[in-house]
Amino acid sequence: MELMLGNKAVARGAYESGVRVATAYPGTPSTEITEFIAKYDEIYTEWSPNEKIAMEVAIGASFAGGRAMVSMKHVGLNVAADPLFTVSYTGVNGGLVIVVADDPGMHSSQNEQDSRYYARSAHIPMLEPADSQESKDYIKLAFELSEKYDTPVMVRLTTRISHSQSMVSVAESLPVRIREYTKNPQKNVMMPAMARARHVFVEQRMKDLSEDSSKFDINEIEMGDKQVGIIASGIVYQYAKEAFPGASFLKLGMVHPLPKDLILDFASRVNTLYVLEELEPIIEEQIKSWGIRVIGKELFSVQGEYTPNMIEQAIKATFIDTRPPEILPNRPPVLCPGCPHRAVFHTLKRLRLTATGDIGCYTLGALSPLEGLDTCVCMGASIGMAHGFEKVRGKDFAKKMVGIIGDSTFIHSGIGGLIDIVYNKGMSTVLILDNSITAMTGHQDNPSTGRTIKGEEAPVLDLVTLVKAVGINNIHVIDPFDLEVSRKVLKMELEREEPSVIIFKRPCALLDKSRSHPLRIVPERCTDCGLCLRIGCPAIQRLDEGMIIDDSLCNGCGLCERICRFNAMERVDI
Amino acid sequence: MQSINILIVGVGGQGTLLTSRVLGNLAGGLGYDVKVSEVHGMAQRGGSVVTHVRFGDRVYSPLVEVGKADVLLSFEKMEALRWLHFLKEEGMLIVNDQSINPMSVVTGAAEYPDDILDRLKKSTAGVTIINALDIAKGLGNIRVTNSVLLGVLAKNMDIEYEEWKGALSRTVPPRTVEINLKAFDAGYNIEV
Repeated sequence: MELMLGNKAVARGAYESGVRVATAYPGTPSTEITEFIAKYDEIYTEWSPNEKIAMEVAIGASFAGGRAMVSMKHVGLNVAADPLFTVSYTGVNGGLVIVVADDPGMHSSQNEQDSRYYARSAHIPMLEPADSQESKDYIKLAFELSEKYDTPVMVRLTTRISHSQSMVSVAESLPVRIREYTKNPQKNVMMPAMARARHVFVEQRMKDLSEDSSKFDINEIEMGDKQVGIIASGIVYQYAKEAFPGASFLKLGMVHPLPKDLILDFASRVNTLYVLEELEPIIEEQIKSWGIRVIGKELFSVQGEYTPNMIEQAIKATFIDTRPPEILPNRPPVLCPGCPHRAVFHTLKRLRLTATGDIGCYTLGALSPLEGLDTCVCMGASIGMAHGFEKVRGKDFAKKMVGIIGDSTFIHSGIGGLIDIVYNKGMSTVLILDNSITAMTGHQDNPSTGRTIKGEEAPVLDLVTLVKAVGINNIHVIDPFDLEVSRKVLKMELEREEPSVIIFKRPCALLDKSRSHPLRIVPERCTDCGLCLRIGCPAIQRLDEGMIIDDSLCNGCGLCERICRFNAMERVDI
Repeated sequence: MQSINILIVGVGGQGTLLTSRVLGNLAGGLGYDVKVSEVHGMAQRGGSVVTHVRFGDRVYSPLVEVGKADVLLSFEKMEALRWLHFLKEEGMLIVNDQSINPMSVVTGAAEYPDDILDRLKKSTAGVTIINALDIAKGLGNIRVTNSVLLGVLAKNMDIEYEEWKGALSRTVPPRTVEINLKAFDAGYNIEV
């Protein structure tokens, strides 16, 4: 037995299933799955430029006869939704498993959509594990079901499954087997005539699965006190079990299609039936549609995470008296000391610009005191949105606004927006904040870093050449810490009635090996004006005895030194 | 055995995650059912972070519930207060006497409360306040502040000393075992 993170258990499950190809684009809480898989030499593993491509590589691998797995966070599934709906029709050759990690409570996401809807609308079976052991076991089962029923299989995780550790017993891996590949247009070329025939197959497949699922042992009745019967899956099963260890449970390991016969049987054996599910009432509404009385969202929220206390209070209609939380200043995440994004946001603030933003560490630039972003919607949105702003508010407004995007996000889905701006004669100024890594999710490589997930050298995507090929004529590459040049170039390009791209290039502070001497503030020269506090660096603090720089945090980036009007910072000898 | 619930809180980057993994490996090595819930992603960038460790004969939820923590181990003063309502009335509170100002305090939009230690002392009988950062600095490595705190926790729990050292050695990177064990001992032997 080994204590194992849910995501690591998923990776182990892939290994034990004899997976040939594993693909992903990083996204919390799914990222570590693919990082752990990459450690297995037997499995070809890649970071793809985005989730759609990751899905397509996995589909190709499956058609070619190998077992393939693709992993992503919930919003990544939106990007990959196009191939998802059609691979449901084609089915598979080698088993195909799609792992999607939802984020109820939005620990690290911009929405809390429920991926189970995708399984229903794409007509794909979905499993949902409730701990690390099941995370491993369900991946193995998912591959078996995929090949048996000729279907991709989705495995849904949530943050608390992905990022919790629990005990796992490991097993030997299956040898990687490659199935025969034969050309089969009726199954693999989805144009109307073939797709109509495959749709018939899909409906029959889901009907078969629905009937068979009542016999799957991952859907299990645990009879206890018959007064309270609870249907739950995933982490909510654990919360409910914590709150009502003696109640009767129907634990669902498969959340689509539902085991109707088993649910009807369970409903007939308990007095009051509850369905507990975080986010949407997906199981509840299906059960209600069968004419069964069941209590769900009239007691429980469609927002955020559940807790055992919440479940106990709702079902018992009692109040659990606990200490109230203290009212304290919030502590949201911040840009790290030395972060190159800080210098860009400082410059934008001085120029009082409007900025459409994107997804990455730099989203934190929206917070006080930098307040450098006006918008954040989804991966890649900053560029298209800047164009939309211009089309409504005109050229004068466009001269006071920028679109901001990171290197990895630009490659993921920003480039299409840039093509649009050139093609449709926009004049937006787009800033690519190139720290040469996918930083927010924990430093994953991407096509611009020159390394693969396996640590091998790779060709480096040249952003300047790429942007030039799109048709951008005004391109600059600047060090964001060079404030004077930054300001000058920005002013020039904002004024120009043509699209421009400014690449702010500087490695992520956490990876920059050229850390220099930390700075200190010389009390005699400091006037306590507080200007250096406006860059929002966690290393700079105002104490009762005056301004100080915390030398355990400062990495000597020198931004504060550049903006101080009194020359109060000096380098510390180390 | 009733499950033991431990909440480890602090500021992203302080090493709470590693400490929770030591505890997880400790409990797992002793044959308990154990669950550890971690924080990854955005909150790690200097935000308020919490990890939950639960172990016993059978553990369902990986999360410690409000009012159910036997131990609250805080790497930062204000974070101790922020998560205090998770602690049982008679629970054990171990606090690192270090303040890290959140951005709202840095910019002057909010104030860092100056009576935190008093409020913590009144909250429960079993409060231990130590300056683990200074001890770690004395050992020449501020990164082992977490192992100093782990040593303080070990002293206050009913698990053999050798088991703790074994779990710590198994969990931290091999080249840092020695300094972490030293820090652990410093915390274990501290007089409070």
